[in-house]
Amino acid sequence: MKVIKIDKNDWTEGLERSSKTFRLFGPAKQDEFHIFKELGKGELPDLNLQNTRLSPRSVVYPQSEKMFKFTIDENQEDHHILKEIQKDDSPRAIIGIRPCDAKAFLLVKRNFDTPEYQDPYWIKSYQAATLVGYACNFPCSTCFCTTAGCGPFHEEGLDILLVDVDNYYLAKTITEKGERLLAAAGWDTEADADAASDPIKTMQRAAEEKIIAWVTTDKLKDKDTTTLFDASFWEDVAFACINCGTCTYVCPTCWCFDIQDETHGLSGIRMRNWDSCMYPLFTFHGSGHNPRDTKTQRVRQRFMHKLKYYVDKYDNGIQCVGCGRCIRLCPVNIDIRKVCGLMNSFEL
Amino acid sequence: MQNPYLPYPVRIEEIITETEDKNLKTFKLVFLNPDDEKKFNYSAGQFAELSIAGKGEIPIGIASSPTEKGFLMFTVNKVGLVTSHLHNMKVGDVMGVRGPLGNWYPWDIMEGKHVVIIGGGFAFTTLRSSIIYMLDPTNRAKFKDIHVVYGARTPGMLLYRDELAEWEKRDDIHMHITVDATDDPDWKYNIGFVPTITDQKAPPGNVETYAIVCGPPIMIKFTQPVLDKLDYAHDHIIMSLEMRMKCGIGFCGRCNIGKEFVCKDGPVFTLDQLNHMPKEY
Repeated sequence: MKVIKIDKNDWTEGLERSSKTFRLFGPAKQDEFHIFKELGKGELPDLNLQNTRLSPRSVVYPQSEKMFKFTIDENQEDHHILKEIQKDDSPRAIIGIRPCDAKAFLLVKRNFDTPEYQDPYWIKSYQAATLVGYACNFPCSTCFCTTAGCGPFHEEGLDILLVDVDNYYLAKTITEKGERLLAAAGWDTEADADAASDPIKTMQRAAEEKIIAWVTTDKLKDKDTTTLFDASFWEDVAFACINCGTCTYVCPTCWCFDIQDETHGLSGIRMRNWDSCMYPLFTFHGSGHNPRDTKTQRVRQRFMHKLKYYVDKYDNGIQCVGCGRCIRLCPVNIDIRKVCGLMNSFEL
Repeated sequence: MQNPYLPYPVRIEEIITETEDKNLKTFKLVFLNPDDEKKFNYSAGQFAELSIAGKGEIPIGIASSPTEKGFLMFTVNKVGLVTSHLHNMKVGDVMGVRGPLGNWYPWDIMEGKHVVIIGGGFAFTTLRSSIIYMLDPTNRAKFKDIHVVYGARTPGMLLYRDELAEWEKRDDIHMHITVDATDDPDWKYNIGFVPTITDQKAPPGNVETYAIVCGPPIMIKFTQPVLDKLDYAHDHIIMSLEMRMKCGIGFCGRCNIGKEFVCKDGPVFTLDQLNHMPKEY
């Protein structure tokens, strides 16, 4: 694995060079908080942060996205026939994505890229992205990535891992995609990979030691689904929930969506929008029946999906990377770590 | 990469008002591009998303049989935005169909077996598809006895009345049509709820017999004890579920029961499978 040393003095120029072949996305401060956005000309990713408030999932999977267009003008020959919309799937680089958020895309990919069906919007957009990870030297107090199948220097899902060392970055190239971005940026000062590995490991250990929150997930797989579903603790867990949907909105591993048609005059679009299992309309039948009518049922669905159904369906860990956003932003302090503990240790 | 969200364009060829309350209409749809019909290769029990530009999509069971060529048929109850709009559409109007979606009744497993179809109300659409499929001359020999228990509130609420009358005349299918009540003096079939008629007419359960049950929740609730009494094993009771759906291909996240998506892993499940899933439907 190649390690490139990027002098921070060459950072701006390199990004500018790479912007000729890549659309650049990165963290930027908006009011008091960081978000991921497309960087304008000359705009630099602001890496002075712990993590963005919203996950970067919108870079690959926009909150609202046009799927098809049509005309309802009956004088047009092709009226009421849906047409595909040309998408911009040109290469893009997400600079400064945290390892947890990058790994989250791999978890979501299992949903959108299946043997039977492939979601063309998500897949093309994901394939167009080069993920330049930014190793966490200062994790948040709510981070529990190290017990959620991830970590502050985790490389799965990344094309490059940037490690911040004083006045330079060490860039570990993980994939060919990553190499292409480094070449486009003109960063080519190769560091001795063996010599660089020691300081990186030391920093990684130091970062991991700062993560004191954890989840235990070892028993989830063997639990009986209906027993967990009927467990007595769900009323308690959901008691304070106001179904605001913040947890699902900020989560990097949530993928649920709604499809809606909109018309303006005689032209229209079919679009999809993020949706949330926290909302009663999500499952509301035309007949008036609703299988998840109460907030307890909806809260249970969120946790059962992430910590049991997903585990059983893919046999590849929980649907969570431990970023801690839902814990930090929940207005009533519902804590996935606590719920995970209740589920993992539940006995009849 | 094929776009699984893109509907095939179709034209409405015929609209039949099925029931006396005029709330159920059957739409016969013809593909605008003949090649699309070849791609739409389905089995009885599957569903499709009916798509109306500007209104949205609805998941509806396919009422035509794969043995019927040249068209698709859907019977739609008027309940919401899309179905109400569809009910106001005319012959010749253009819309879309996306599918076929979901799994189907286990035709391979039921081959060589007795099949008992139990349906109620307007949940008879994929059951019609199944009956037409089994009665097709190329298929009839693959199945032993076929029984059909089908009920509605009144004679005027039964779907496909002409076909029911034709099937009544045949000797290779045992029809047990029933209504909850009627004051029609000419009514020559059964009177009584579906579970009661099932109890009276359905053959006993054994390894050679499969029951397909489709109907409103109340019918299913009271039919199950009858099937238990008749000794039907739970893996020989086949059911088709309904859920709110959007994508129809297991992506959008709303129609799950436990880890199964009704749109992709269903809508057909055996009662034995449902016994091991959360009761959330």
